[in-house]
Amino acid sequence: MIQPAQYLALAAMLFTTGVVGVLTRRNSIIIFMSIELMLNAVNLTLVTFARMNGNLDGQVLAFFVMIVAAAEVVVGLAIIMSVFRRKASASVDDAKTLKW
Amino acid sequence: MEKYVFWVMAFLSLGSAILMIRARNPIHSALLLVLNFFTLSVFYVLLDAHFLAAVQVIVYAGAIMVLFLFVIMLLGVDRDDVVEERIPLQYPLAILLGLAFAGIAVWTLHTTVGGAQFRGIEAANQGGNVEAVGRVLFTKYMFPFEVASVLLIVAAIAAMVLGRRREEEETASLIGDSTPDGREPAREPAKVGDER
Repeated sequence: MIQPAQYLALAAMLFTTGVVGVLTRRNSIIIFMSIELMLNAVNLTLVTFARMNGNLDGQVLAFFVMIVAAAEVVVGLAIIMSVFRRKASASVDDAKTLKW
Repeated sequence: MEKYVFWVMAFLSLGSAILMIRARNPIHSALLLVLNFFTLSVFYVLLDAHFLAAVQVIVYAGAIMVLFLFVIMLLGVDRDDVVEERIPLQYPLAILLGLAFAGIAVWTLHTTVGGAQFRGIEAANQGGNVEAVGRVLFTKYMFPFEVASVLLIVAAIAAMVLGRRREEEETASLIGDSTPDGREPAREPAKVGDER
């Protein structure tokens, strides 16, 4: 029988992978994907806690996280596209001015 | 049974995540992330969250990752990105701090919920998980649910506003000259020139 701590440890490792991805990569799209990975790791934590405590609030919260993540992806990719249009680059090092 | 599925999926999940942040080609990263989302969906099934498992596949692996792949291919950034280190010791420090973070998180989990068992969600899932989640969503969480719909509309409008080309850019690209106010012309990459 798998214990909650094992799911939670796996979620923590996935979250850490996302953190390392954000810290090491330069490509803004990959950084964005790492953020999605972190959000999903937290979702796994929430669902695990929901089953651990025997109620559905955690699942509903994970559902709301998915909604917010969808909205965030739409806006974020639009920003990446408009930056790319100006700078011809998806590297976060090239986007260092807020206005130009 | 749950044990074997868990360990196989945990291996796949962590492996795809680590390969995802290491892949040089963004398309490979996106596809590995899709694999990661599928394994998370399997975990949701193991945790009796059937509704979220379906939503995970439909929304994340379906919609969001297609959007990612669409943007990657539209921008044409599917080539190796620059790997030079601008900050000294960035990679070793990032990995070291990451391992430290994981260690702290796992240790905290071990000390707080180390011996905890699943209470089981069968009672709350009476009559099916989808029905139960729907009942909670439309009674206890009615207001956040409606606010979420507003958020999605705002996000859609924001994407339209951000994705729009400004009129001065259009004239600049038509003339092929500098913009009216004398700024540098927007450097258009060859690969996104199909709008003209």
